[in-house]
Amino acid sequence: MLRFIVLRLIWMVPSLVAVSFLAFVLIQLPPGDYVTTYIATLAASNEVVDQNTAADLRARFGLDQPMAVQYFKWITGILLEGNFGLSFEWQQPVSELIWERMALTLVLTVSTLIVTWGIAMPIGVFSAVKKYSFGDYVATFFSFLGLAIPSFLLALVLMYIAAVQLGQEVGGLFSERFVNAPWSFAKVVDLIAHLWVPVIILAVSGTASLIRVMRANMLDELNKPYVTTARAKGLSEFALLVKYPLRVALNPFISTIAWLLPNLVSGSIIVAIVLSLPTAGPMLLQSLMSQDMYLAGAFVLLICALTLIGSLVSDILLALVDPRIRLE
Amino acid sequence: MNAAPKDGDVVLDVRDLVTHFATRTGVVKAVDGVSFKVSRGKTLCVVGESGSGKSVTARSILQIVDAPGRIVSGSMVLHRPDGSSVDLATLHPRSREIRSVRGAEIAMIFQEPMSSLSPVHTVGDQIMEVLRLHLGMDKVAARARTVELLKQVEIPNPDRAVDRYTFEFSGGMRQRVMIAMALACNPSMLIADEPTTALDVTTQAEILDLIKRLQTKFGMAVLFITHDMGVVAEIADEVLVMYHGKVMESGPVEQIFHAPKDEYTRMLIGSVLRLEQKAEIRLKRDPIKQEAKPVIEVRGLRMHFGEGTNVTKAVDDVSLTVRPGETLGIVGESGSGKTTMGRCLLRVYEPNGGAIDYRRADGSVVDLVSADKETLKQMRREIRMIFQDPVGSLNPRMTVAQIIGEPLFVNGIAKGAELDDRVAALMKQVGLEPAWRERYPHAFSGGQRQRIGIARAIALKPRVIVADEATSALDVSIRSQMLDLMMNLQDELGLSYVFISHDIGVIRYMCDRVAVMYRGRVVETGTTDQVCDAPTHDYTKALLSAIPRPDPRNRRIHARFRYAG
Amino acid sequence: MSEIQSAAATVDNKRLAVASQWQLVWWAFKRHQLAMIGLVIVVVFYVIAAVPGFFAVNDPAMQNARAAYHPPQALHFVETDADGSWRIKPYIHPYQLRRDPQTLAAVYVEDPNRKVYVSLFGRGYKYSVLGLFETDIHMFASGEARQPLFLLGADRLGRCVYSRIMQGAQISLSVGLVGVFLSLTIGVVLGGISGYYGGKSDFVIQRAIEFILSLPTIPIWLALAAALPQDWPATTQYFMITLILSLTGWAQLARVVRGRFLSLRTEEFVVAARLDGASEGRIIFRHMLPSFMSHIIASITLAIPAMILAETSLSFLGLGLQPPTISWGVLLREAQNIRSIATAPWLFAPGAAVVIAVMALNFLGDGMRDAADPYNK
Repeated sequence: MLRFIVLRLIWMVPSLVAVSFLAFVLIQLPPGDYVTTYIATLAASNEVVDQNTAADLRARFGLDQPMAVQYFKWITGILLEGNFGLSFEWQQPVSELIWERMALTLVLTVSTLIVTWGIAMPIGVFSAVKKYSFGDYVATFFSFLGLAIPSFLLALVLMYIAAVQLGQEVGGLFSERFVNAPWSFAKVVDLIAHLWVPVIILAVSGTASLIRVMRANMLDELNKPYVTTARAKGLSEFALLVKYPLRVALNPFISTIAWLLPNLVSGSIIVAIVLSLPTAGPMLLQSLMSQDMYLAGAFVLLICALTLIGSLVSDILLALVDPRIRLE
Repeated sequence: MNAAPKDGDVVLDVRDLVTHFATRTGVVKAVDGVSFKVSRGKTLCVVGESGSGKSVTARSILQIVDAPGRIVSGSMVLHRPDGSSVDLATLHPRSREIRSVRGAEIAMIFQEPMSSLSPVHTVGDQIMEVLRLHLGMDKVAARARTVELLKQVEIPNPDRAVDRYTFEFSGGMRQRVMIAMALACNPSMLIADEPTTALDVTTQAEILDLIKRLQTKFGMAVLFITHDMGVVAEIADEVLVMYHGKVMESGPVEQIFHAPKDEYTRMLIGSVLRLEQKAEIRLKRDPIKQEAKPVIEVRGLRMHFGEGTNVTKAVDDVSLTVRPGETLGIVGESGSGKTTMGRCLLRVYEPNGGAIDYRRADGSVVDLVSADKETLKQMRREIRMIFQDPVGSLNPRMTVAQIIGEPLFVNGIAKGAELDDRVAALMKQVGLEPAWRERYPHAFSGGQRQRIGIARAIALKPRVIVADEATSALDVSIRSQMLDLMMNLQDELGLSYVFISHDIGVIRYMCDRVAVMYRGRVVETGTTDQVCDAPTHDYTKALLSAIPRPDPRNRRIHARFRYAG
Repeated sequence: MSEIQSAAATVDNKRLAVASQWQLVWWAFKRHQLAMIGLVIVVVFYVIAAVPGFFAVNDPAMQNARAAYHPPQALHFVETDADGSWRIKPYIHPYQLRRDPQTLAAVYVEDPNRKVYVSLFGRGYKYSVLGLFETDIHMFASGEARQPLFLLGADRLGRCVYSRIMQGAQISLSVGLVGVFLSLTIGVVLGGISGYYGGKSDFVIQRAIEFILSLPTIPIWLALAAALPQDWPATTQYFMITLILSLTGWAQLARVVRGRFLSLRTEEFVVAARLDGASEGRIIFRHMLPSFMSHIIASITLAIPAMILAETSLSFLGLGLQPPTISWGVLLREAQNIRSIATAPWLFAPGAAVVIAVMALNFLGDGMRDAADPYNK
């Protein structure tokens, strides 16, 4: 078991390296760099920047060096000092901008994950056990509907209903008086009071696909001979259902974290933009639009690292609950 | 009233049991008016071929028939040792009453020892559950009793085995765990649904021994479902022969085997007994010329799987010869390497070493192990294969004509109208209606599919055919027909066969010489008579003596020879 | 009960005996009612995507300052006269633009006394059919040239939302097809290599697939799309966006292909074909490919909706396709701020089109997946 975890951790290293490189390449892709954008902005307000100033700027930000050197400087800075570079647009170190937003992103996705599981598991099991019943059809229909609605559309519709029908503003994660307040117990309570809206919106599509997964897993297991064995032992239907097929069907369910988490993170970015949440989404979009490369790179890197860690956690959890993997 | 129970008391009395499956196509009468009695200390064997309804009958008793199966009518009265009785057919399948019978008064074991136990719960957990459920034991007592039960079914180190998972056990050990679980509450009746079918004969013999011993010790009634007449003859007191959901004949085992009244029973016994001797076709043949040069000569063949420390020597230094016109049998249990050996002959696998010398019709010799691609392609026209699985070996998406015609087409031998004619002739030759040429494999029965496979094999007029368990997937009643067909073709086409089987009966019927394989090695070779009647190697002795014979007057497997190799 | 046996319920055994794979699949599929509904809807949508001009009423690009946020007009099918006689003759009541005397805001008032008849196969603006020829015949058109029909209202610039949805179907639905085609090409090649040859290449491709599947797609798409110059021509932009979507989309398909290849490689009938002397090419294309074609088609159908949703999201965020290109995602940008949807909730209509298309495709794909293997179960 320990060997498994160690091996799995070692496997993370190349993935993380690949992700960091990917993040850096993505940021380097746009034609021109921040200085080009900066000059263009100044030009719009009739300021002219001469070649020397541009070169000076480039040298200051290290943009005139080869890509490999830039990457190396960037990644060692992150690893050794936690320094993600400077945001050109905000004129602040990136690390000062991102951590609170990343933390809120994490809170949002993890709570969504828990809610998704909490809803999907019982419905999926019910759907499988009462296969082809009215309830199964209703669950199936709603899961298909949930899969078909893009999360940003759902967010828009909710905003519309809240604004037009209820006369309320939905959006943000804090009430006005807490937005810039330091963290306190009251602020946490306020966060929880606001969190449920994006959580529900995000949970819809994940729940829909998980219901399908759970239903399919359960249907597979329900016909296995060991269920008949358990029945022949004299267990009640409910007891045997919980102890055997549900228990076995949970294993592939746990491995859903690996693909659910990336989906949730993706969805949370769009929903956060629509609902203007103080998470990674809006700032990532903004930084990409203005080619603020170190800021955008930090977000892409951390978000991808987050999902990679998610799949690591799901693998370890799976090994913990499944003796077939654990004892291999 | 409470007289002590004695052997011969009726435990279960089933009358006119009817179980239906409502499907889209209509109602399938899986069990159609079946009656029988099971008595204390006695074994009732329910025997029948696939689709006879024997397994559904067993499951109906505990009301655990899979959906959409439903008990329609009939009674199943369970007589308890205290004199009371209950009709199980009247109980609701989810009621507390039937649940208190399941596992406590009537216990059941199943065919697949792997999938019939949960893979994610320990062995102990699954046994203790029964004890706690029916006897209300606490954890400590249940665990102690579980260890005792595991000891009873002869599982080594029961103290440690109790905390292990099923996938850490071999098939035979898993079946012992199942038995321990069934015996946990001292049931008055044990239902065994093909419990040894998935096991090798030597393991089967051990499990049959164990059930017998435990039955004698605890006086259980046993209802034993099987398709194997040998097993029936070996263990049954009473026999029930089923066919298409109906009882064809029932009575004492002696009567069923030696004075069968019903025609189907006679046919069944007849086809089993035919496989107890040499085929008539072979008796009429001239003896095979001993001096003829062998068509295939295998020398020191090795085939290893895996690498590093984890190597499986599937074929380990095997040498064999096959003479022209001869049938060489290769017999062995699962894991003996016989299938791998057969596949190496056609280079489906790339052997690690050794030589396979094949002598062509013109007398030239080719080593198949080192043959290049072109030569190999040519040789594969002369050496062909018949597969075990009549379902998996035919592409379901091709018509019969396309399947049989494929080797002729891809080798550029025939096409267009000529190909059609050749296919029609081949179909006739193996006893298939040429008019069925446009049908797909799903329209054929198992036996017919195997004929399609044979037609494909002989299409290229080969000189040698490797037949890998060619009859194992077929019911016993059509097995000898298939073997007869193969022998007729042998005479017509002058074929040599390499016939791989785990079934010594089939080998004796069909083969001139036999090689016995055990753990990748050939432990004994000789003429069929010599190996079957006077084996020299201890493993062969153990294998032969573990095979149940279809003769209740000659029960021997309890006194079998055991090999500890 | 096997699928084949239950398929036999609908056909007699003679036909079943000679039924090919595709017939069996079709019989199994037909029993799946939701999938059949999905099939019909998908066909209708793709017909619209092929000739959106025919189904549109107004030129989707035409702006009309006098019709900003014009509300949807109800289509009346039956005309009743005062004497009670009636006939089927579709018409609408035109709206008039008034100004609220106090706020001076625009208010549309329906004029119940006037009728504008709707003609079937009437003439309207000129459009091109698949680039082959031009015509001005529409499925239906306004009877009066000066009275445009706004079946689903108009947007900020007075453009007809209904016609724009029809036009948007072309881009949105074809992005799915083209994107999946690209993913499939990459997926089949890599998945095929991985599954058929195994060994080292399998190991490398497997790791790559796992890696890609564990990444969140949106940030990567956003970053890639942000790198595209905004001033590229519409078609280039379109292909670049589909390419970006396929860069991550292939992994799923490659996994399916690899799995199929792996399980088929050891299948006895494939071994038999090899022993028959069939060449590698013939084994793959004649013996193996038919076995997983149906599975691949089902996977493709299930991958298209993901592509459609992805394009919609990207365009909605402003990093996908750019106006004046019309796609459902581009149209939904109009619904981005709360004030415009509060005045004109019909701007959500393109969203409904997305939901219906995606649901229909999912139902279709689900039914196909269930029917894909008629020989097992």
